Amino acid sequence: MSEPTTSQRHRSDEGRDPHQREEEVEVGATALAAPDVDEADEKQTSLWGDAWRELRRKPFFWIGGVLAVFFLLMAIFPSLFARGADPRACSLSNSAQPPSGAHWFGYDQLGCDYLAQVVYGARNSLQIGFTGVIGLLVVGVVVGALAGYFGGWVDSLLARITDIFYALPLILGALILLRVGPEARIFGEPVPVISERGPGAIAIALVFFGWMTAMRLVRSQVIAIKSSDYVAAARALGAGPLRILVRHILPNAVAPVIVYATITVGALIAAEAALTYLGVGLQRPNYSWGLQISDGQNLLRTAPHLVLIPSVVLSLTVMAFVMMGDALRDALDPRQRS
Amino acid sequence: MNPPPGSSPAPAPDTRTAAPAGGGPVLEVEDLHVEFRSRGPVVTAVRGVSYSISPGETMAILGESGCGKSVSAQAIMGILDVPPAHITGAIRFEGRDMLTMAAEDQRKIRGPGVSMIFQDALSALNPVYSVGYQIGEMFRAHRGASKKEGRERAVELMDRVGIPAARQRVDDYPHQFSGGMRQRVMIAMALALDPKVLIADEPTTALDVTVQAQVMDLLQELQRETGMGLILITHDLGVVNEVADRVAVMYAGRVVETGTIDDVFTAPAHPYTRGLMSSIPLLEDKGNRLNPIVGAPPTLSNIPRGCSFHPRCPMARRATDGRDCATDGPVLREVAPGRRAECHYSEELLHG
Repeated sequence: MSEPTTSQRHRSDEGRDPHQREEEVEVGATALAAPDVDEADEKQTSLWGDAWRELRRKPFFWIGGVLAVFFLLMAIFPSLFARGADPRACSLSNSAQPPSGAHWFGYDQLGCDYLAQVVYGARNSLQIGFTGVIGLLVVGVVVGALAGYFGGWVDSLLARITDIFYALPLILGALILLRVGPEARIFGEPVPVISERGPGAIAIALVFFGWMTAMRLVRSQVIAIKSSDYVAAARALGAGPLRILVRHILPNAVAPVIVYATITVGALIAAEAALTYLGVGLQRPNYSWGLQISDGQNLLRTAPHLVLIPSVVLSLTVMAFVMMGDALRDALDPRQRS
Repeated sequence: MNPPPGSSPAPAPDTRTAAPAGGGPVLEVEDLHVEFRSRGPVVTAVRGVSYSISPGETMAILGESGCGKSVSAQAIMGILDVPPAHITGAIRFEGRDMLTMAAEDQRKIRGPGVSMIFQDALSALNPVYSVGYQIGEMFRAHRGASKKEGRERAVELMDRVGIPAARQRVDDYPHQFSGGMRQRVMIAMALALDPKVLIADEPTTALDVTVQAQVMDLLQELQRETGMGLILITHDLGVVNEVADRVAVMYAGRVVETGTIDDVFTAPAHPYTRGLMSSIPLLEDKGNRLNPIVGAPPTLSNIPRGCSFHPRCPMARRATDGRDCATDGPVLREVAPGRRAECHYSEELLHG
C-alpha cells in the first residue's frame, strides 16, 4: 500500500513511462521506512517558554519585577531596611521633623522614625494583597469553572449571584462588612477574624466583594475550552468530568487568570490603603500606609512628607504589580507580539 | 487493493446480525437515531443507522459532509452533549447496550474498549501537556500506573507508531510535531489500552498524500497486530478502496448501501453510490467532463419526504405501478447476496 490513493496514482502516472513510475513507488517506499524527522533538536518551546523569552526583553517587566522583589524583601525583613531604627521608639521632641541625612524620611507626629514606620507598613499591605488575591482566585476559579463547565441552570444561578455581587462596588461592600464586622454575632459569639479588624478581616472583606471578575474570566475561558477537540478527545478516551475540568480545561484557562491576579495584587493593596484611610481598615498599633496617609493629612501644610512618602511608596508598590501584569499579558498574548 | 489478513470473509449478508468467522461482532449499532433539539427546528442528524464491526475487520463509512458519519461516531464515543442531542437506539459493545448503562460504566469502555482518533490531531491534543504526558495519562487514569511507568509506556507506544527518536521526543509538546507525527501521537494515545474497536474519524483528511499513505499503513499494521475492529469514517474513496473490507454509504443520516468493498465499488446498488464513484476523476476519462452529483445534501432539519435522495437522483420517478420516489421512501433491503441497499431500483442498477 505504498502507493497513494487510486486517483492520485492515476494522476502521477500521467505522461510518464513505466520506468519512471517504478522510481516513484521506490521513493514512496523509502519515505515509509524512514518517516520524516521534525526539527527535533530545537529548543523547548511552549506557551510559557515563549512568554518568558518575550518577558525578558520587556523593560517594564524588569522595573516592575525589581520593585516587587524589593517591597517583598521589605515586607519579610523590615529590620534590614529600617536602618536600625525601631518603629516603636518614639520621642515627642522629634515630632514631625522633616527628612534629614540621619533620618531619611524624618519623623511622624508622635516623633517616631518615619522610615521605620513606612518600611514596617509593607508587610501588612503585601500580606493583604497576596492573601486577598489567593482567596478571590480560589472562589473565582471554583465558581467560574463550575458555571462554565456545567452550564445550564448551574450557570444561570451562579452568574446571577455574581451579578448581584457586581452591583456592589468593592470599596463600599468591604466598608460595610468591616464596619458591621466587630458587632456581628453568630449564635451570640463574635465572628472570628472579621471581628478583629486585622489584616485577615480586610482580606476577607476584599475577597468577599472582589471575586466576581475572576469568576467571569474563568467562566468564559472554560466555556471556550470546553468545546475544543482535545476535551472531546479526552472524553472519548474515557476521562471523567473532574479529570477533564481539572486536568484538561483549567491548565489551558490559567494564562489570563495569572495576568489578572498579578494586577489585582496591586489593586487590593490600594484598596486596603483606601479602607484604612476611611477608618475601617487597620488600626493602630498596626503599621499601614493608609493609616500614615490618613494621620499625615492634618499636617499637610507643615509636614507634607508625612503624606507624600507613604503615598509614593504605595503608588510604587501598586505600580510594580500592575506593570508586571501588563507585561505578562502582552507576553502571553501572541497577537500583541510585534 | 489488498485486504489485510485476518479480515472478515467477504459475504456479510446482514450488517446487523452478521457474525463473521471468529466470534460475534464486538460493536453493534442498531437503529441509532440522533436528533439535536435546541431552539429552532429539530435537526435529525442520524436516522436509524445500523451496522456492526467484528474483530479484525475494517469497515468504512462513506458519504458527503453533513450526512451523519461523524455524529454517529460521536454518539458511540459519548462526546455529544445531551441535551441538545437526543440519542435513541442501541449501541452494543460486546453485547451490552452502552446507551442504557451508567455513565461511569460507559466511561470504562471508552479507551480500553472503544477508542477514537480525530481528524485534526493538533486541536485534539492538549497544548499544555507534553505528548508523553498525554499518552501516559491513559495508563495513569485507566490502569493506575505511576507517572514514571506512564512515561515508559508512552515511549514504547511512540516507538510502536513509528515516531523516530521517541525517547528524546516524549517530552515535546504537540505543536512541535509535524502533522503526520502528530497523527501518530493521536494514534498512540487511542491505541494505548489496546481497544477492541478503533473509530478513525477522517484520520488522514488533514494530511498530505504521502503522509496519508503512511498513516493508513500504520493503522492497518496495528490492526493486524491487535486484531481490533476499525471503523474508518472518510470521504476519500481512494483510502476506502485500499483498506476497507466492508463499506457503509451514508446519506442524509441513513445508511443507503452496505456491502463488501469489491461489490460496492464495482457495481453500486444505489444511485448515490454510483454518483460518488462517477465523481472520481479517472485517467481514462481524460478530456471528458466529470459527472458530479448535482445539488447538495438536504438540510438535516428539512429532509425530503419519500426517498431522501430523490431530489438529486437521476433515477427518481413515478413508476407505472404507482410507486413514487418523492413520496414512498425505500427501505434498506437485501438486493444481492451480502449486499443491502435502500433504493427501489437497485436491481435495475445492478443488472442494467
